[in-house]
Amino acid sequence: MYPEKFQESIRKVEALRAENAALEPVRMTAKEKEELLAAYHPDYREHEFENLKIGPNAGDKVPHELADMLQAHPRIHEGDVDLENPAYDVDVLIIGAGGAGCAAAIEADEAGANVLMATKLRAGDANTMMAEGGIQAADKENDSPAQHFLDAYGGGHFAAKKELVYKLVTEAPGDIKWLNELGVEFDKEEDGAMVTTHGGGTSRKRMHACKDYSGAEIMRTLRDEVLNRRIPILEFTAAIEIIKDDKGAAAGAVLLNMETDELFVVRSKTVILATGGAGRMHYQGFPTSNHYGATADGLVLGYRAGAKLLYADTLQYHPTGAAYPTQIFGALVTEKVRSLGAKLVNCDGEVFVHPLETRDVESAAIIRETGERGKGIDTGNGQAVWLDSPMIDLKNGEGTIEKRIPAMYRMFLKRGIDMRKEPILVYPTLHYQNGGLDINTDCMTGVENLYAAGEVVGGVHGRNRLMGNSLLDVVVFGRDAGRAAGQHTKDVTVGTLTLAHTAEYDKQISEAGIDTDLVSPKLLPNYVRERNTLTGPEIQ
Amino acid sequence: MEKTVNIFLFGKKYEVPADLTIMTAMEYAGYQLKRGCGCRNGFCGACATIYRIAGKQELKMALACQTQVEDGMYIATMPFFPLVKQVYDIEKVTPDQMIMMQLYPEIYACVGCNACTKACPQGLNTMQYIAYAQRGDFKACADESFDCVMCGICSSRCPAGISHPQVAMLARRLNGKYLTPDAQHLLEKVRSIEAGEIEAAMQEMMNKSDEEIREAYNTRDIEK
Repeated sequence: MYPEKFQESIRKVEALRAENAALEPVRMTAKEKEELLAAYHPDYREHEFENLKIGPNAGDKVPHELADMLQAHPRIHEGDVDLENPAYDVDVLIIGAGGAGCAAAIEADEAGANVLMATKLRAGDANTMMAEGGIQAADKENDSPAQHFLDAYGGGHFAAKKELVYKLVTEAPGDIKWLNELGVEFDKEEDGAMVTTHGGGTSRKRMHACKDYSGAEIMRTLRDEVLNRRIPILEFTAAIEIIKDDKGAAAGAVLLNMETDELFVVRSKTVILATGGAGRMHYQGFPTSNHYGATADGLVLGYRAGAKLLYADTLQYHPTGAAYPTQIFGALVTEKVRSLGAKLVNCDGEVFVHPLETRDVESAAIIRETGERGKGIDTGNGQAVWLDSPMIDLKNGEGTIEKRIPAMYRMFLKRGIDMRKEPILVYPTLHYQNGGLDINTDCMTGVENLYAAGEVVGGVHGRNRLMGNSLLDVVVFGRDAGRAAGQHTKDVTVGTLTLAHTAEYDKQISEAGIDTDLVSPKLLPNYVRERNTLTGPEIQ
Repeated sequence: MEKTVNIFLFGKKYEVPADLTIMTAMEYAGYQLKRGCGCRNGFCGACATIYRIAGKQELKMALACQTQVEDGMYIATMPFFPLVKQVYDIEKVTPDQMIMMQLYPEIYACVGCNACTKACPQGLNTMQYIAYAQRGDFKACADESFDCVMCGICSSRCPAGISHPQVAMLARRLNGKYLTPDAQHLLEKVRSIEAGEIEAAMQEMMNKSDEEIREAYNTRDIEK
């Protein structure tokens, strides 16, 4: 139940509900979309970006917050650790234990490699765990990988690396089968046919889901499989620097025990960065739907080692972050809510955008509606629009919400809002790092033997990712990276370990005149309140 | 002045804004979290928490990221719980009652106290899904446990030492792999890809000029 201040607007939404539910809003033309994005999408706010001064992408623009981390000092230097006596000596070191990291570990293990995983939080503490809506794959009769290619490549504004999209869409059905054979419980009809829906920007219904716990179900299954294979995982252990050898290839990492601050060295024949995204960088002050550890660490580790970034200036703002109440501010409201028939409406109850345009277009439309057009709802904590969730049961029958999106239903019900009967308030939230490390079709970055997979990679999704292509990405490229890195170990002889590149990086920072006290990678966001330390707590 | 409440973190008192969650209240109080914080959105189970309201007897269990603070809340976090996870080869197990007897025999020592169900922050009928697992009804166990975030609160309350989330994990994998019918359209599509039947269409798409592909995208038909 909403407070009185929202009731007048809610009554308008209710009055127009039946009419709005039946409406098929017009889709925007390509030109209208381009103009909308240029005027309202956060990626186009030039003052929020700066050009990098050093490193492989010197001259390219990235968000200020990322520039600060990419151009910060390393946490350690040669001499701080004993490179000659590594604590672990393995074939493949995987940094990150989310969807991509676990998929990579399974395949590297399958390839016969000796694998070690390290993650700064727990295995499965990852954006994969939080992906709600689903995973795309062209596996229905009216669909094809070529059609999936068209949607993904076009939705990414024709900027993706075609050879990576090729892998994404052609390996998708096989990877769905693989997941199913591992025991992932996809939503199915009685006869076993996959229940599939649309996502924003899809031309065929190819979104497979596991209710609205799609990512959680995939993540916990992959993690369980990693554990079954007895692949060792160092939890609460962050990578803070890639180690190279005297031939310039990646050859391990320096790890930090997050709880004891102990440092130790891993030597490995290949390294896979599967560190995920960057929502906790809070670019442009946006809230985020991401997990606690999403701080762009992999971009920093890779960049300092010499790997190039691609499209690091493009972020995805998910159009429907929860905007009210404050306890769930920024949390993801899955796109599936719109896939199932809910539409976005303004304070007067009017539909202002087709609900299944691509995410960047939806977000820009919301920002325009609440800004220039003045048709938003003031939540007391910023602007928002309504997502008219009761349309779902109206369209699909009672019980649909509880059955198909139980996590959403639970999240709002805990706050006293029954989304079956009342609309919910949403606003764009920082959701996904479209750009990242540039890789080839073997998932190798520009640094020899340094692989990358998952959200840390750029180029798979161009400048905008479609719903359901990130869960797919982590599985496809996680598996591919694990396989490639695992098989390649047979050809690798590690040379003498060195951290000389950290000193070289520091030198470049000073030569470029960058004045900074910051160190990176960031590892965790700081949400501790700034306190007045002059007055202590009241004595009881 | 915003409304505040007094809470007690590990017994120590802090005054915090009333609209915070237990997790954000800890950060407000000055804790830089490492343990006990994962997705911050109720999906990962990292932030299992025990609390008691001053003057009341009942111990309550919650996810710190999902629970709003209340006045007089005495809070202890449980960022890790030693669940038992048995390893098995998913390709070699069979989805019958024997597998539970082999891997998790302690489920048969359930005393029916229902403490697990009462403690579940997801509102699951935990004891019921364990009952389904006991009799080898893995589909029912999988359905009943599907929304489990594996926080381990249930197990912390269990006098029989059952690791409920891991039992349910096994049941769901067995159900997903063995007990649900295969998607025939999926198998057919995978076969056709492996046979190279889609390759020509893919190459045609890959070889389109930028202009052609834009045109194809902007005019593509969209399934209703």
